[in-house]
Amino acid sequence: MDDSLTARREERMKRLLLATAIVAAALMNSSSFAATELTMWYHGAGGDAGLNPEERNGVLSVIDEFNSSQSDWVVKLESFPRAVYNDSVTAAALAGNLPDILDVDGPNMPNWAWSGYMQPLPLTDEDIANFLPGPIGKWQGKLYSIGLWDSAVAIFARKSILDEFGIRIPTLDQPWTGDEFNAALESLKASGKFEYPIDMGTAWTGEWYPYAFSPFLQSFGGDIVDRTTYKTAQNVLNGPEAIAFGEWWQNLFTSKLAPGTSQDPGDRATGFIEGKYALSWNGNWQALPAVEKFGDDLLFLPAPDFGHGSKIGAASWQFGISSTSKHPDGAAAFIKFAIQDKFLVRFSDLGGFIPARKTAAEQSVNYKPGAPLEVFFGLSEKQGFVRPVTPGYVVDARVFEKAVADIANGADVVDTLDAAADEIDADIERNNGYGF
Amino acid sequence: MNDLKRHSAQFRANGAGWLMASPAILLILIFLIVPFVLAFGLSFTNQRLLSPNPTEFVGMRNFEQLLGMGVLKLEPLPAPDEQVEGSDPEYPPLRNFTRNNPDYPHLNGMREWFSIPWGQDRVFVLAQDVLFIKALVNTVLFVAIVAPLQGGLALLLALMINQKLPGINIFRTIYFLPVVISIVVVSLLFRFIYDGNNGLLNTLLGYASFGAFKPVDWLGRTDTALAAIIGASIWQAVGFHMVIWLSGLQTIPVSLYEAADIDGATHLQKFRYVTWPGLRNTAVLILIVITIQAFSVFAQINLMTRGGPLDSTQTLVFQVVARGYEKQDIAGGSAISVLMFVFVLCISLAQRYLTRSKD
Repeated sequence: MDDSLTARREERMKRLLLATAIVAAALMNSSSFAATELTMWYHGAGGDAGLNPEERNGVLSVIDEFNSSQSDWVVKLESFPRAVYNDSVTAAALAGNLPDILDVDGPNMPNWAWSGYMQPLPLTDEDIANFLPGPIGKWQGKLYSIGLWDSAVAIFARKSILDEFGIRIPTLDQPWTGDEFNAALESLKASGKFEYPIDMGTAWTGEWYPYAFSPFLQSFGGDIVDRTTYKTAQNVLNGPEAIAFGEWWQNLFTSKLAPGTSQDPGDRATGFIEGKYALSWNGNWQALPAVEKFGDDLLFLPAPDFGHGSKIGAASWQFGISSTSKHPDGAAAFIKFAIQDKFLVRFSDLGGFIPARKTAAEQSVNYKPGAPLEVFFGLSEKQGFVRPVTPGYVVDARVFEKAVADIANGADVVDTLDAAADEIDADIERNNGYGF
Repeated sequence: MNDLKRHSAQFRANGAGWLMASPAILLILIFLIVPFVLAFGLSFTNQRLLSPNPTEFVGMRNFEQLLGMGVLKLEPLPAPDEQVEGSDPEYPPLRNFTRNNPDYPHLNGMREWFSIPWGQDRVFVLAQDVLFIKALVNTVLFVAIVAPLQGGLALLLALMINQKLPGINIFRTIYFLPVVISIVVVSLLFRFIYDGNNGLLNTLLGYASFGAFKPVDWLGRTDTALAAIIGASIWQAVGFHMVIWLSGLQTIPVSLYEAADIDGATHLQKFRYVTWPGLRNTAVLILIVITIQAFSVFAQINLMTRGGPLDSTQTLVFQVVARGYEKQDIAGGSAISVLMFVFVLCISLAQRYLTRSKD
């Protein structure tokens, strides 16, 4: 009896000692790390088919090198699936739970800055010298986000096919005019050799629509919203230029020059390579498979000029600092570290992205002079045009997407554009002008 | 004394009951009652999903925006001289009247919903929010087709599998299987089935007609998209209601059928005078449940057409999500939810009244 009591007491004593030791060890452990932890959120978790896996590897390698290069900060990455990333940030902002470093899609940045999720990024003009315009995220004169890469869109074409039909090969300095482009489509269609002369990528619903199609509208002389005031869309989204755009756009589909909104996503992925489509309006991130298939025969042609210059979309995912970060200096140090040329080159070589800085492009495998994708850097530099820089863009983009889809499906052009302009104006009014 | 004991015992029993019910009550409160009260309140404000601006009370403005309607009668434009006999007359463009026309302030910002001929003239019915009206019409159409068709089909299946045959359980399982599959999976499967080029449906119809059938882009055409979604929805949900019918069928005493047999009743007579009266309460339940479920159709729309083509598959709940979340207009989305609640309530009450027992 007595024995078992002592044994029990000893057991209890042992446990207490063990617990004390664990607590002590934990305390010592945390105090022995001088570095402060910075959290970073990123949109590339899981097997996202639309996302290049090398992008995530690149981000991880930059973080590793940053953490081992100094002892003040430790960046910890948390990844979210792209489809829920923006929602996660919104939820975290409402709950007061934002990370230090945020990953943000370029056109969404003004909305987040206006809503108070982000704080200005303390980088000097020198830090971002020689940058393409797209990756520089400025709103109301302040820098909020910076991108390590940009994306660009071009008309994928084959030299042999253009030569066969006697179509002039356009250059960056002399792109096709709108009439030339339309004539090219008509003669490709008349040949009967293709299911459709051009593939616009209508299967890619979502941000592709405003990103890829609003530059046509801007080349016609219209826009999604009036950029001089950002207070109305009247006369820019439904003015005579926009109506001309809408009629041209509708004709692409009614005349069977391009597959409509019910295009099979599989055809979008492989239709050009399989020869179903003669041309494809497509992004640089889809270029490498086409290069492999067609080699020197493949051409990346600049956007046609419908009267107000050739335009393509600019700005991809970028990094910024959240408004609630307790260590903005650490976050800024990381971002400044990440935009070194060597990382821009690494991203580009790994995943085929367009390096954000000219000096990096010159060292990259795919974009250096003479390299297969070099032309995209020139396209970004010369034709890149950011989407409207306003907090209202997140709504404007959805309104524009629906309008161009409806017009493609045969809706009345003028009525549809009128309704879209009204909806954007109503949204701006409900938001008291979005701070403009 | 005894009385008091019983009271406290009853209290203890009730307390235990409340305790056991409390998790469910709490969940219902948090996820049903509170959101509903919030939505009701927010529908009278200009609340945004995220915005630094303060929320303001706007009264009935959201509802006026949704329900605003107008009518405009237009005379045809004077016919040009060379106009061919019998061709349609031209009317002046509506935007001349609905956009900043000081003579027609009540029509400002409205769009054409539909128009009907009126002698030489044409009457245009305009709506402030055509999208909402179209979503409402589509939803009502969806309910009006799905409720009888799905209920009837489920009854047919239930009658077929309510027989004592060897292996009947296999059929029960097969018919019930789609209910277990998530509607998300069903929607994606049906997207392949309805594919315009080489989908299963087009291929089958092609074989069945020896190649005479021309492939149809089922989800890409305004005249087939809603019907295609209705078909997929019924296929997915019919098994669930079949099981409810089945349980109703099995409550009907066998002795009634035996008596009918003795009287020499035919199969049809047995169904009309024994089965159907016995299923009365089940029928009321199924009708109301399908109506409420069909009103909230969303996942199929979101995954198969996203409201297109040309708004032919817009529905109320899809608009609630599109506005409240994608366009960050929580107040607008809430207003639609509140209107929807009123519609469903009215319809359910009407159904209750029409199917009340007459005695």
